[in-house]
Amino acid sequence: MSSMGRAGVAPAWRRPVAVVSFAQYPTCRREEHRNEVEVLMPVVAEALDAVGLTKDDMGFVCSGSSDYLVGAPFSFVMALDAVGAWPPLRESHVEMDGAFALYEAWVMLQSEDIDTALVYSFGRSSSGNIRRALGLQLDPYTMAPLWPDSVSLAALQARVLVDRGIASEDDFAEVASRCLRNATSNPNAQVSGTASAGDLMRDAYVVEPLRRHACPPVGDGAAAVVLAAGERASELVERPAWITGMDHRVETHALGARDLADSPSTRLAAQAAGLVGGVASKIDLAELHAPFAHQELILARALGLADGVALNPSGGALVANPLMVAGLARIGEAARRVMDGSAHTALAHATSGPCLQQNLVCLLSDQPGPAVLGGARTAGTAGTGGTAGTAGTAGTGGTAGTAGTAGTAGTGGAPGEES
Amino acid sequence: MADTEVLSSPHILEYPYSRSVGPVIGSFLAGLRDGKVLGVRCGSGAGERVVVPPTEYDPLTGEDSGEMVEVGPGGVVTSWAWESEPLQGAPLDKPFAWALVRLDGATTAMLHVVDAGSAGAMATGMRVLPRLVEPSARVGSILDLACFVPEGSDSPVRAQPAEPGNPAQPDDPAQPDDPAQPDDPAQPDDPAQPDDPVTTLSTPIRLDYRFSAGISQSRFLRGLVEGVFIGQRCPRCAKVYVPPRGSCPTDGVPTTEDVELSDTGTVTTFCVVNVPFQGQAIELPYVCAQVLLDGANISFMHLIQGIPADEVRMGLRVRAVWKPPAERGPSLESVLCFEPTGEPDAPYESYEEYL
Repeated sequence: MSSMGRAGVAPAWRRPVAVVSFAQYPTCRREEHRNEVEVLMPVVAEALDAVGLTKDDMGFVCSGSSDYLVGAPFSFVMALDAVGAWPPLRESHVEMDGAFALYEAWVMLQSEDIDTALVYSFGRSSSGNIRRALGLQLDPYTMAPLWPDSVSLAALQARVLVDRGIASEDDFAEVASRCLRNATSNPNAQVSGTASAGDLMRDAYVVEPLRRHACPPVGDGAAAVVLAAGERASELVERPAWITGMDHRVETHALGARDLADSPSTRLAAQAAGLVGGVASKIDLAELHAPFAHQELILARALGLADGVALNPSGGALVANPLMVAGLARIGEAARRVMDGSAHTALAHATSGPCLQQNLVCLLSDQPGPAVLGGARTAGTAGTGGTAGTAGTAGTGGTAGTAGTAGTAGTGGAPGEES
Repeated sequence: MADTEVLSSPHILEYPYSRSVGPVIGSFLAGLRDGKVLGVRCGSGAGERVVVPPTEYDPLTGEDSGEMVEVGPGGVVTSWAWESEPLQGAPLDKPFAWALVRLDGATTAMLHVVDAGSAGAMATGMRVLPRLVEPSARVGSILDLACFVPEGSDSPVRAQPAEPGNPAQPDDPAQPDDPAQPDDPAQPDDPAQPDDPVTTLSTPIRLDYRFSAGISQSRFLRGLVEGVFIGQRCPRCAKVYVPPRGSCPTDGVPTTEDVELSDTGTVTTFCVVNVPFQGQAIELPYVCAQVLLDGANISFMHLIQGIPADEVRMGLRVRAVWKPPAERGPSLESVLCFEPTGEPDAPYESYEEYL
């Protein structure tokens, strides 16, 4: 896409901002007992308590969620109860994954009149048929009336990889096997297991060529992140996870006009976030928001990650994919590993829309320095004019699939219940 | 609280969305109605492309798109995915392939379905032909194109009209005993004439959910069956919320202490409804009021009856009128209305904080 390399805007953000706290609700197939507020409250409290702050200390609050998940208008307003929104907070909301709310908070923190921000998101994916609900984010004139569902669209994308010899169904199973194995040490995962790729290849198709293990479980969850700027971050924690760059880009909603085997918007967002020159070789781990196994392969290629990079050490979205939360959780999981010293530099990615339509890349480091900050910025959009999301769901995030995987253990529901 | 005590119920979100389509999509939809597929030229010179379905702008550059051109009728499958268990609303109610089809003369592929019978009959690169619904049933919709079929197959090129939004099978959380389906506003009163523009598109939407009330609201709702209002007190600010949502919106902490409230209270503010509206169930005029129950720190809305509408006032003391026990359910409808107690009006200062 020739329009994507347009030279661009100088970096406007120079103020170092860091993730200083992250908490999440253990993802479960269906949270029957607690409403959204009751799910969120302990998560928000845990994130704030960890750094000894209260909501009154927060300069800004931003949340991500989608009313389509539970079919309740303005559900995010009620969710503010989890923070305690009286007296009124300086707050905002995006009808997207919480990763995009974190982006807004990061931009707000550049204004320098605030030093802290709380970001949270929640998703009750279990209330409806998520495969159908996600179809409503498509072009409402020529696509949504066909009711294409999220798994089928992902399967069209997977087929392109197979047809072009880029990846095989065995490769999808390898990704799933590794993610499930990684999830055995992730207490917040919904599914986990030690099945080999060969074992997983016995799974049935949900929508050919995607087998059960290549699709994410449907689950409910929530997550919260506390951001702090400059000195404040260093005061709050010993090792802040500094955000050295962040950007997001979107591709056209015309699915047939995209190259589904590639993710130019991810590549461009990564470049704008500072993944240029030798930076890619310094990445220790990457948390990639790939709800479907084949999407991790597309993302890793687009990002040019080296072979030694640990991909989705948490297990990623294949083991817990609460919609609107899974992207924010990628940033949180990556930041957690920088904060606990197990990584120096990490990459987190979040996606929104069908077939990786919109992508956000966030680079994290244990150093706030300028090594990556504001690296070669490019402007322009991947597929200008392509707007994410339609039908009122402004780019509802991610995609969902089936629950459960043959040969996996965990808190997931019965295999195939959503298929 | 045991699992069985949390209430849940079906919840259906349903609306017939009408959209203005604009000149480019309108031409595309009119083309389908008239039996042809139109694309639009984008770019120029070596970069010229034909985008199908057409967009008002070049999806790559954002520049205005150019003239409309007819493409097809046949095309090539560039990707496909086999749907063995069609979901509600799918174009076909039997196994089919979702497909990206690049029509002859087009640069981009369009999303639709292929009625191929089996996955074994599908292949990337295969040629397909469109199958349109009967001309009299076409309305200017992507569904006027019923599906594609493999080229050379014996399938007829005409099909029965699709029923937009209707289920191929019940949605997963839907109640199978609830057959309610949207009206089909896409059906025209009069058959359209060729070249009539298509200006609007109706897209019926229906999503089925299972709403869970959660712990606190379930307690409140079960209280209504027993004829009591159950609120919850904030452990920090001591305010009592009813209906409770399990949290204090001021402090952001869980509210776990249940408080049984009186069924008497005070009208803090009200309005008189005079204008008839769709779904109106009560004779006009009637009064909708915010009622602050004695002992509560938040008001909720209910009906005021047993008093002429023009005599309702702020500060009016009222009492809940419950349905007979056998008719009550876990719903605020268990309270028919509030009516005056006959006590002197509450002083303004007593409810000033709740306005």
